[in-house]
Amino acid sequence: MQKSLSIDPQKCTGCLQCEMACSFEHEGMFNPSRSRIRVFTFHQEGEFVPYTCTQCADAWCLQACPVDAIIDNRELGAKAVVEDRCVGCKVCTIACPFGTINYQQATGKVAKCDLCGGDPECVKACPTAAILYLDADQSGYDKMRQWAARSVTAAQATA
Amino acid sequence: MAWTGNILRVNLSDGSIASEALNRDWADQYLGQRGLGSKYLIEEIDPNCDALGADNKMIMATGPLTGTMASTGGRYSVITKSPLTGCIACSNSGGFMGNELKNAGWDMVVIEGSSPEPVYLYIENDTAELLPADEIWGASVWHAGEWLHKRHQDPLLRVSAVGRSAEQGCLYSAIINDLHRAAGRSGVGTVMASKNLKAVAVRGTLGVANLKDPKRFMQAVNDAKKVLAENAVTGQGLPTYGTQVLMNVINELGALPTRNTRDVQFDGAHDISGEAMHAPRASDGRPNLTRNAGCFGCTIACGRISTIDKGHFSVAHKPGYWGSSGGLEYEAAWALGADTGVDDLDALTYANFICNEDGVDPISLGATIAAAMELTDMGVMTAEQTGGIEFRFGSAEALVKGAEWVARGEGFGRELAMGSKRLCEKYGHPELSMTVKSQEFPAYDPRGIQGMGLTYATSNRGACHLRGYTVASEVLGIPEKTDPLTTDGKPALVKAFQDATAAVDSAGLCVFTTFAWTLEDIAPQIDAACEGDWSVDKLLTVGERIWNLERDFNLRAGIGGDQDTLPQRLLKEAAKTGPAKGLVNGLGEMLPEYYALRGWSADGVPSEATLARLGLN
Repeated sequence: MQKSLSIDPQKCTGCLQCEMACSFEHEGMFNPSRSRIRVFTFHQEGEFVPYTCTQCADAWCLQACPVDAIIDNRELGAKAVVEDRCVGCKVCTIACPFGTINYQQATGKVAKCDLCGGDPECVKACPTAAILYLDADQSGYDKMRQWAARSVTAAQATA
Repeated sequence: MAWTGNILRVNLSDGSIASEALNRDWADQYLGQRGLGSKYLIEEIDPNCDALGADNKMIMATGPLTGTMASTGGRYSVITKSPLTGCIACSNSGGFMGNELKNAGWDMVVIEGSSPEPVYLYIENDTAELLPADEIWGASVWHAGEWLHKRHQDPLLRVSAVGRSAEQGCLYSAIINDLHRAAGRSGVGTVMASKNLKAVAVRGTLGVANLKDPKRFMQAVNDAKKVLAENAVTGQGLPTYGTQVLMNVINELGALPTRNTRDVQFDGAHDISGEAMHAPRASDGRPNLTRNAGCFGCTIACGRISTIDKGHFSVAHKPGYWGSSGGLEYEAAWALGADTGVDDLDALTYANFICNEDGVDPISLGATIAAAMELTDMGVMTAEQTGGIEFRFGSAEALVKGAEWVARGEGFGRELAMGSKRLCEKYGHPELSMTVKSQEFPAYDPRGIQGMGLTYATSNRGACHLRGYTVASEVLGIPEKTDPLTTDGKPALVKAFQDATAAVDSAGLCVFTTFAWTLEDIAPQIDAACEGDWSVDKLLTVGERIWNLERDFNLRAGIGGDQDTLPQRLLKEAAKTGPAKGLVNGLGEMLPEYYALRGWSADGVPSEATLARLGLN
């Protein structure tokens, strides 16, 4: 069963634990600037929004790569960079409409979320459950449930 | 390792910038941040130097856990000699500056001398340069930050800056980072401005690595995060209400200093409480509180993000203040509210925004305005002297104008900017200043919480709650409940809190973790990260060493045991209402026992044996 990251910005406090967990897992250091998930602060609105790769089924980055350095792990539903093959041409960074695959000066390669092999560190690190790892076909289940609950309340109010 | 091992030394007088190796022996004795920064400062400056002269230095110091995944591990401190108190100053800030400095590869930045022209320090990893700041001299912190982000075309730049208040010499100016986090107390911002240094802008991309035992570190960090999550204060109270969870509690306890500490309970407390920040406003139907927010790495997230009603008199026709920004913490809400008798939540929030915008300590500001209000009440001050506005207790207009004037260095604000001690002396009533060692005390009345009297009296940076927060024990029962109305056992309690806090402040962690954590939770994190053997006992010794080191600086600066005292009001005028009715603070009963426990003489000087035991002789 494929699972995907499900992010709820309403729960995010902007603490960057996810960025540290990500960089520690992938780079062996705490370094937000090298995290594959990034939290954006919208100060005036008082919003914090974590953002990362959504693992497109038909992925622009994978299609664009001239050296087949991005592979499709169908079991996980993850698109992962094979570092040995990547030549750092950055074509994938242009192809991706979301900006979630990026070049890293330190390695000369690109880096993106690979779902940590099926056990995402950002999910485990988040103190408020703003990032969840859910059945890819049912990631809207909780939201549907909330709307369903509203109709129950509405029905009770009318009765 | 955890330390980067590198110190950046910047001489503003001659413009030289150099990198030097961290003194590892000192790191072993003082850990980092508050302790290590204080050691460097004390070794390098004359305690009798002019705090606002070129001879004073200013150190920005991180802790070994700053920039790591340890919960709250993003902090840095500014250590210098205070222009407000003459004591050693050490102001601790969250936000995202500490981790950025660490990610740029620096344990500390030592800033010395004074620049002939306004400059800012730009640090990008291992390169640093001083650049002209003429275009932002005279600008607020917020405008300076905006300008720096544009100038460097870098939205990820982290900025610590001073505002117009510091440039104009306000003695309690703060250094603000990330728009609303502050190295807030004792005028550290005033020192920075006196050096013609407008801002420090940092971009760090090197990462924090080289921990002693990464696997054990992550285990310790995860265990400790769990403790915070499961604790009622750090897991529920603080995220929901912030430190403002205390407003109603402390008021009911009869320990909320009100109207310049004339009273110990405020009838408007509920209207300015954490609960009130959640309630929809009558005017626009929205609550004051937008949401909570975390500093770097913090899994508590007590920070408040607030908005002001667009129709409120303070911001009507000022769209610049209509968005969300840093909201009221308990100390600010108390100082700007209960202490001035103002119960208008949005007016307090606006005054708080103004403090952030131009780098002002809201505790000292509120307490100084409260003193002006009492002087007005007594007929000593008139509207003629106070900018045409009567500084009456309860006047939101006076609060708002007072905050704006101090922030911008205008009119009567220049007198308020001296702080309550100097203001009250100028108007012939020094007894009305609610200060210790010239620093305004915060939101706990020592008649209702006896241990806090000793904490204020003996704090090495002048009156302060964060040097020994016995409120945890006396009010919240952490780690165990003590009676707030008696002095019994308080000297030992105060000493224990002071020593433990000095260690926490030196690690890179936030002291709010200690609502849930003891040193038993903290030591394993430090020990897994840092070379050496970091046990609870060693941390307590380090804490005690730091306390005595700071004390020694103050003694050499001429600030001795005779200043370990409280305003007469707290010692002679009994609380009028509440559980503490009829009580004064029993400092006289506590102080001699405290000195004895510290191994100090009867007049508060550390004995040779004490200094030798701590390796300070």
